[in-house]
Order: sequence, then C-alpha cells, then structure tokens
Amino acid sequence: MTKTILKRLGLLVVTLLLVTFLAFVAFSILPGDPTNSILGLNATQEQVDALRAQLGLDLPLWQRYLNWLGGLFTGNLGISYNYDMPVGQLLAGRVGVTAALAGLSFVLIVVISIPLGILCARYEGGVLDRALTVLNQITMSIPNFLLGFLLTFLFSLVLRWFTVGSFSAATAQGFWDWLSYLFFPALAIALPKSAMTVKMLRGSILGEMREDYIRTAYSKGNSKGAVLWRFALRNAMIPVITFLAMTIADVVAGSIVVEQVFAVQGIGQMLVTSIGNRDYPVVQAIVAFIALIVVVCNFAADGLYRVMDPRLRQR
Amino acid sequence: MRKRKNWYFVLGLILTALSVGYSALGLFWTPYSSTAMVGADRYALPSLAHPFGCDHMGRDVFSRTLEGASATLTIALAVIVIGFMAGLVIGALCGYYGGAADAVVMRICDAIAAFPSVLLGLVILALTGPGKYNVILALGILFIPSFARLVRGEFLKYRDRDFVRAARLMGVSPLRILFSHILPNTWPVLLSGLTIGFNNAVLAEASMSYLGIGVGPGDTSLGRMISEAQSYFTTAPWLVLFPALVTVLLILGAGMLGEGIRERLGED
Repeated sequence: MTKTILKRLGLLVVTLLLVTFLAFVAFSILPGDPTNSILGLNATQEQVDALRAQLGLDLPLWQRYLNWLGGLFTGNLGISYNYDMPVGQLLAGRVGVTAALAGLSFVLIVVISIPLGILCARYEGGVLDRALTVLNQITMSIPNFLLGFLLTFLFSLVLRWFTVGSFSAATAQGFWDWLSYLFFPALAIALPKSAMTVKMLRGSILGEMREDYIRTAYSKGNSKGAVLWRFALRNAMIPVITFLAMTIADVVAGSIVVEQVFAVQGIGQMLVTSIGNRDYPVVQAIVAFIALIVVVCNFAADGLYRVMDPRLRQR
Repeated sequence: MRKRKNWYFVLGLILTALSVGYSALGLFWTPYSSTAMVGADRYALPSLAHPFGCDHMGRDVFSRTLEGASATLTIALAVIVIGFMAGLVIGALCGYYGGAADAVVMRICDAIAAFPSVLLGLVILALTGPGKYNVILALGILFIPSFARLVRGEFLKYRDRDFVRAARLMGVSPLRILFSHILPNTWPVLLSGLTIGFNNAVLAEASMSYLGIGVGPGDTSLGRMISEAQSYFTTAPWLVLFPALVTVLLILGAGMLGEGIRERLGED
C-alpha cells in the first residue's frame, strides 16, 4: 500500500514538472522580444541589455525555467508586461475570487445533482424522472456563457436581485457579499455539469439495481427504498465520485468563460485579457496554476477511487 | 416486450437535419450581405424584411446567423474530421497491437484529455494568434485523444474474436483486418462518439469565439455574434436570442441523435 502511494506521488511530481515545463517553454520560445513592447522601438542597446538582465532573459532557458519554478512557490513569477507589476501581486487578489467561484459551483453541482439523481432512479419512469430527462438534455445543450446570459436576464434585469458588474474583490463587504454575487455565475457553471451528473448517477444506480446482490437483498425482505439506500447507492456512487473529481477541472475552465459574462475579476478574466495583450508572464503563470489544479484533482480522483472501492486496494 | 418508439433518435434526426440544413444554407445564400450596414436599420426589431431584426450596425441578423452557423458548422466538422481520422488510426493500432507503445500513447492521451479543451484551445491560440484555421487546427489536435481512446476500446474488444482470428489464420493483411473486418463492427459506437465530439466542437468554438480568442475579427461565427451582442443585451435582446437559439438547436439535435443511437444499440 505504502509502495503504491509513493509510486503514485512520484508520478504526480513528474507530471507536475512536465506540465509546468511545457507551460513555461511554450510561451518562452515565441518569436519577438518582450523588451520591445516594454521599452518601445527607440530604446538604446544598453537599455535593452539592462532590462534583459533585469528580467533574467539573458540566462539559458533551463535556468529561467528553474528560477520561474522556484517563483511558483515564493510568488515571484516575473513582471507583467502590460501592468508593469509583479505577476504574483497581480494574481494574488484574483486567485481567491476564482477559487470561491469554482468552489461554490462545485458545491452547487453536488447539492443539485445527488438528490435529483437518486430521486430519478428511485422513481424510474415517473413524472419527475421523465421531466428531468428532458430538462437535462436541454441544459446540457446550452453553453455556459449563454446560461449566464439567461440568468443575468432573469435575475438581474427582470427580478433585480443583483447587478452585473457590481462585484469586485476589493469592495466586497465580507463573505456573504462574495457569496451572494458569485451565486449566479456559479449556477451558470454548475447547471450543465449537474445535468450530466444526474444522468450519470441515475444510470449508475439503475445499473447496480440489476445486479445479483440486489436480488439477494430483495429476497431477504428489504423494501425498494432500503435496497437502494443501503446496497445499491454505495456501489453506484463510486464512478460518480470519480466523475465529480474530474469535473473540478471543467469547473475551473467554465469559470474562465463565465467570469467574462458576469464581469467577475478572477484569474479567468485575467487570462483572457492577457492573451489578448500578449502578456506572456501572466498567461504562463495562470496556465501553470490551472494545470496544477487539474493534475492534482485527477490524482485525488484516482486516490479516491482506490479508497472507495476495496476491490482495487490490493492492486 | 413492446418496442418503445425511440424518440431521441427521431427528434434528434429532425433537429439535426433542420439545424445542419440551416447552417448549410448559409454557405450558399443569405438574404442580405452579412456585412452590409444600413444606418436606418440600426436596432431594427424583427420584421418581415428582417425576420431576426438588425444589429447595432444595421446588419441583418438573419443573414448573419446563417453565415455564423455555417462557419460554426464548418469548423466543428473540420475539427471532428481531423480528430476522428487521427484518432481512428492511433486508436486502431493501439487497440489491435497493444504492448508498450499502446501504454505510452494512452498515457499521453489521458494527460491531454484531462485538461478542458477550452483551456488548451486558448493556450494554443495564444501561441498561434486567432483565426478560423488556427481554431480548427487547435481543436482538431485536442480532440484526437478522446477519439483515440474510444476507438482503442472498440478494437481491443474485437481483436481476439473468432472472426478476427480466422482472418489472421487465412493470412489477411493486418491493414485489411483493421479496416475492413473490425471497423464496420465498431461504427455504431463510433457514430455516437462522433455526435458527442461534434457537440463538444460546437461548444468549444462558441466559447472561444465568445472570449474573443476564436475566429478572426473578419469572420462571423455564432460565438462571436453573441459576444458582440453582449453589450446591447439590455436594449436589443434579439441580437443575442437568435444566434443563441441556433447554437442550442445545433447542439441539442446532435446530442439527442447520439442518445438515440445509443438507445437503439442498447435494445439489440
């Protein structure tokens, strides 16, 4: 067991190094010298050389990568070309916003989909089940930025529950203020994913209900509800939990898009702006950061799978 | 057992035919030029002359959705053609031969597929710059792993079946076994995978173009139209509504068709 964990941890570290290396190299080998965009075209050679030394651009690529990798931990990730500000400082305030948005979305997915999935399976073919099957199919077909528009239209313009663009991390008054504004963007991210989760959980439970051990449970006199809760659900949850853990990556990606719709100042919005501005130190840092989240989540999903399913533990 | 009507398949087919037909129409014909600006028609409400109204520059929204849908359709089709062709070759070889190469290739595929395609698409387009062909290339490459995995699973399933063994014994060439003995059996599963791929391609293109990092400034695509219409959302909601409807119908149709194909398979 310990050996397996160590092996997987080793694999995790290698993957992380590889992913950060790719994120770094991809944006470092681009043609064009960033000093041009900072100093303008009239700079003297001495000025350019001084700035190159200051930015560390005169070092070989691998050394720059190592410096940058160290910076990931100390927060020293270089200077943004566009904002003339340390990247770490630029992102510090925004990481929390995106994390809150993604976290809230994930909570919503779980809260919405698990009960609905169970209900659909329990009353298979019933009114709720059939209504939700149709609704799921439609929800899954709406891109999350459109869902964002719908929510803004309904809750901001018609019902006036919140004002789009009123959110900024600096002016927010405490935790509830954050949460109440981020609720609708989170919903826009969560709904399509919830639809998928409901569908998956329903299918997974119904699959389990056809197994032999369920027939045994029935034959011992258990009611349908008891069989579902005490026998089928535990097995049916295994693939769903893995799916949910993998969903975190999609949730973060979804927030890149949805932050744009609701004018939330998170790292997603920063990423899009910085790509437009060719502000590569910022892009590099955000891409590496999201990649780290994705890799760690997948690692956690795999670990969770092993913990939850005793049949996999021996391997 | 009474055979239930496969509504998914029927409705999906109808919706797909309608939305693909609509998009295909945009390739050949639009009632107005999609870029012609008529000052007097700015923010014109939907009417007989302009069924979907006019946008902030006085351009006919109906013509623009036709053209945008055809652009989105072409991009999505090109993406799945690239992804599917490469995925088919890689997946077929990996599934049929197995071994160390298979393990390595599948690890790489897993690693790529773990990342959301919108994010990787943005990264690639950040490197190449925006543009229709860059979008196709970026998404096409990103879609290879998921197709490869699907195809591999299917080929793995068939490689030790008796009819394949018999063919091997008779000295049929591996290429022929792969593509004329095994492939026809896998079509149903691959077809439903293709519809999912198509959906994801439409979604990814729309999201990327919405973010302004998709098709170039001169191109019209559904995502780009929605992005441009965002500022006028409160005053002229129809600018968002019609491209949005076309996008959703395109995805919904293909999604239901895929579901229908799967249901049909389940009954066999």
